[in-house]
Amino acid sequence: MINIPVLRWGEPYKSLESDKVVHFITGEVMAEVGRANAAMVERDMRHAHRARDVLRQIPIADLMKMMKKAGDLYATAELPLGDGTQTPDQFARMQSATTGLPEHMCKFNMEKNQFVLNNMDKILDSLTRGLDLNILSRGYGVEARGVPVSYQCQSPVLGMVLPSNSPGVHTLWLPIIPMQVGLVLKPGPQEPWTPYRMFSAFVAAGVPKQAMSIYPGLGDIGAAVLKECPRSLIFGGTATVEQYKGNPRVQAHGPGFSKFILGDDKVDQWEKYIDIMADSIYINSGRGCINCSGIWASRHTEKIAEAIAAKIGPIMPLPPEDPKSALAPFTVPKQADGVNNDIEAALKEAGVTDMTAKYGNRLDKRERCDYMRPTIMHSDSPDTAMAKKEYMFPFATVVKCPQDQMLAKIGPTLVCSAITEDPKFQRALIGATHIDRLNIGPMPTIKLNWLQPHEGSIVDFLFRARAFQHEGPVTG
Amino acid sequence: MKDTPGKPTPVTGATLDEKIKNAKIQLDAQVRDVVRWHFSPDTGTPFWLEKAKTFNFDPLKDVNGWEDINKFPFFEDDWLRGGPVRRWVPKGYADRGVYVFETGGTTGIPKSRVVIDDFKIDYEMFSDTLPDKFFPRGSNWLMLGPSGPRRLRLAIEHLTQYRGGICFCVDLDPRWVVKTIKKGWMEHLKAYQEHCVDQAMTILSAGHEIKCMFTTPKLLDSLCLRLEKEGSSISKAGITGVFCGGTEMTSQWIRFAMEEYLGPDVYIAPTYGNTLMGLAASEMPTAEQNFKIAYYAPQPRAVAEVVEFKDYSTHVPVGGTGRVLLTTLTKEFFVPRFAERDEGEREAPSAKYPWHGVSGVRPFHEIAATTTVGVY
Repeated sequence: MINIPVLRWGEPYKSLESDKVVHFITGEVMAEVGRANAAMVERDMRHAHRARDVLRQIPIADLMKMMKKAGDLYATAELPLGDGTQTPDQFARMQSATTGLPEHMCKFNMEKNQFVLNNMDKILDSLTRGLDLNILSRGYGVEARGVPVSYQCQSPVLGMVLPSNSPGVHTLWLPIIPMQVGLVLKPGPQEPWTPYRMFSAFVAAGVPKQAMSIYPGLGDIGAAVLKECPRSLIFGGTATVEQYKGNPRVQAHGPGFSKFILGDDKVDQWEKYIDIMADSIYINSGRGCINCSGIWASRHTEKIAEAIAAKIGPIMPLPPEDPKSALAPFTVPKQADGVNNDIEAALKEAGVTDMTAKYGNRLDKRERCDYMRPTIMHSDSPDTAMAKKEYMFPFATVVKCPQDQMLAKIGPTLVCSAITEDPKFQRALIGATHIDRLNIGPMPTIKLNWLQPHEGSIVDFLFRARAFQHEGPVTG
Repeated sequence: MKDTPGKPTPVTGATLDEKIKNAKIQLDAQVRDVVRWHFSPDTGTPFWLEKAKTFNFDPLKDVNGWEDINKFPFFEDDWLRGGPVRRWVPKGYADRGVYVFETGGTTGIPKSRVVIDDFKIDYEMFSDTLPDKFFPRGSNWLMLGPSGPRRLRLAIEHLTQYRGGICFCVDLDPRWVVKTIKKGWMEHLKAYQEHCVDQAMTILSAGHEIKCMFTTPKLLDSLCLRLEKEGSSISKAGITGVFCGGTEMTSQWIRFAMEEYLGPDVYIAPTYGNTLMGLAASEMPTAEQNFKIAYYAPQPRAVAEVVEFKDYSTHVPVGGTGRVLLTTLTKEFFVPRFAERDEGEREAPSAKYPWHGVSGVRPFHEIAATTTVGVY
C-alpha cells in the first residue's frame, strides 16, 4: 500500500487524516491518500501568483519541450508516488482497480494523455489560431499580419475538481502548464492516480513543482478550490452544470447527451452505420460525455435499435485485466440500483421498448460492485423521458423523430455526428447553437480531433482578449 | 461573579483511583436526586410524569445510581419538537423565568430545550477548565458565532461576565447558511461569511482590549485568513485564548489552526456539546499526542458514553470505536441515553477529568452522508 500526501505547491504535507482507496473487487487498500482541509486551500492561495511567476520564467517553447518529455515519462517511466514508486503497468492496474475501468481502457487513456502531451505544440497552435505564444506570456504583442493584440491572463492558476469515473477527462487540463498557468487539483476520490503521476512526470521533465498543488479530500475541498481560484473546471452531473451556468469563473463539464443523427437522405442505408453507432455507444464502457446516448432518425428506428442491440446487448462483464473486458462496474454502492430504477420508471411510458431485454438482466449485482449491461431503448416519439436519458454505461435510445423536428427536440448536445448530405439540413446543423462539437459524415461521436476546442476553448477561458496600446517602451 | 447555585463541587481525591471512585459516588447521588426531582408528583416534569406511565419500573424507587439509567428507554430528540414547551418545565420551577434554546430548524420545527440556570452552571464549570494565563480574568471577549435562538447567545456573555469581562457579539445565522448551501448560492455564502468577518475585524480594531474569543472552526479560518491578508494575526490582534466549538472539529483541523494560524502564544480550547447537554471540555491538543482531541463531559451533570454500534448498553473498551451516547442529569432537564449523531473513540479517565471521555468525534458513519455538518 502506498501513502500519498497532500501536495502544497509541490511540497508533500502529511495530513493527520486520510482516505483509503480500495480495489473494487477484493476490497484491498491500494493507497491511503492524505485529506486536505478547506482552510489549507484558502491559505495556500496566497501564493497562487507565484505559480504563474515561476512558469513565466521559462519560455513557452521550453515548457512545450517539457510536456513532450513528461508525456514520455508518464507513459513509460517508473515515477515517484507518495512513499513509493509506480511503473506504467502498476498505474494502469491501480487505476483499473479503484475506478473499475478495464485495464486495457486505462492503458488506452494513458496513450491518449501521452498523445496530447507529445502534440502540445500543435494543439496550442490550433487552439490559439496560430498566435505567437509569447504573446500569452507577455500579455501583448503583434500578430504576424501586423495587428496589435493583447491577451490578459485571468487567473494565475486553474482550479480543477476532477471526477473519479472517467480518466479520459485529464486531457482537458494538460495544456495549462505550457500556457504558464499553475494547477490546483482536487482529485476524484477513486482516481488520485493521474494527477499524482502527471505531477511526477512534469517535475521530472523540469516543470517547477511550486506551480502545482494537489488537495485530495471531501466535498469542502472542491468548494474551496472553486471559491479561491478565479478560473476552475468542475466535472459533475446535470445539477452541477446548472449550478454554475453563467458563472464566468467556472467551466462545468457534465453529461454530454451526445447524439447520432441520420438524415432523411441517408437513413435508408442505416445498415452501413451500425458499427460506428455501436462504437459510439459502448467504447470506453460508455462512460464519457462523448459517448452517444441518442440515435435520431425519422424511419427504420426499430430495425436500427434491434441491430445495435444485437451487436452490444450480449456483452457480458469480464475481469478488469481481460483484454476483451468492455464493461466498467459501478463501484459506488447502490448507484447501479438507482440507475436501473430510473430506467424502469422511464420504461413504463407508452411507446418505449427495451430492445436488449432478450439478452438478459440489465443489472448484474456482485459482492462489492454492480455492472449495468449494455442497453438499447427504442422510443417512437421524441417526447418521451427515455429519449433524453444518459447514464454512465453503454446506453442509448433510438428515437423516431421527423427530420424537421430533430433540432428543436434533441436538446443540448456535446457531440453530434450527423449523416446527411442535404445542404439545407447541414446548414441547420451548423447553425444549431445547442450542438457543441459537430461531425458531419460517418464519424463516431467518440472520435475527437485534439486540434479543436472542447466545450469552449480553454485558451479563451484563461485569457481575455482586450485592447492594449502603448507609446514608448513597455518593459513589464 | 459568584457561582450560580447548583454548581457541583470539584471531585477530590489523593490518587486517580480515589478521584474516579469519588466521581462515581457523586454521579450516583446526582442520578438519584435528578430522577426523584423529575418524577416526583410535586416537583416533576409533566413530560416525564406522563412518560413514566409507560415504564415497567418505578423511577422513584428503582433508580438508585448510575447503572439504573439503563432502565430508561433511549431518549428520542423528536420528543423535543413542537409544544407545548411548558411540559418540559418541572413543577418545582413553575415560578421561575424560563428560556428556550433551539437546535436545528433550517426546515421544519426545531428541537426546543427549556433552561433556567443550566447554561450558567455549565459555562461556569467550563470556565474552571480554562487557563487564566491565556484567558485572563477581567479581559473582554469577542463572540463570533451563532446566537439567535441558540444557547450560545446567552452562554458566552455569561462566561465572559463570570470571568469579569464584557462580551462583544457578532451574530451568524446558521439556518440561512444551510439554505444558501442547499440553493447553491455560493456567492451569497461567501458574502455572508465576509459580512460576519467584517464586523469582527471592526470590533477587534476598535481598542476594546479583547483578549479572548469564542468562535466556530469555519469562522476562525475566515477570520485568521482575513487577519493574515491584512498583515495581522490572532496573536497580533491581542487575542491569547480561543474557545472553539459549535460544530465538530478534527485533529487535522486543529493542528492546521495551531501550526499555521495561532502560533505558540495562543491557547485554543476545543469543545464538544449541544443544546441538550452541557459543554464537554478538552485539554489543548499537542503534537506529541498527534493533536488528539479528547472531550470529557461535565460530570455529574452530563455523561458521554461510547457504546457498541450494535448494542448501546455495552461500552467499547478504552481506545475502541463506538457511538456517542449522552445523558443529561440536571434538575432543569433530564435526558437519559440519547444516541448522538456522532461516533468516536473511548478515552480513559484523567486526573483533571476522573471519568471516561471521547475522542476523534465525527459524524456517525451510518448517517454521515445525509447530514450537513460544519456549516458554520
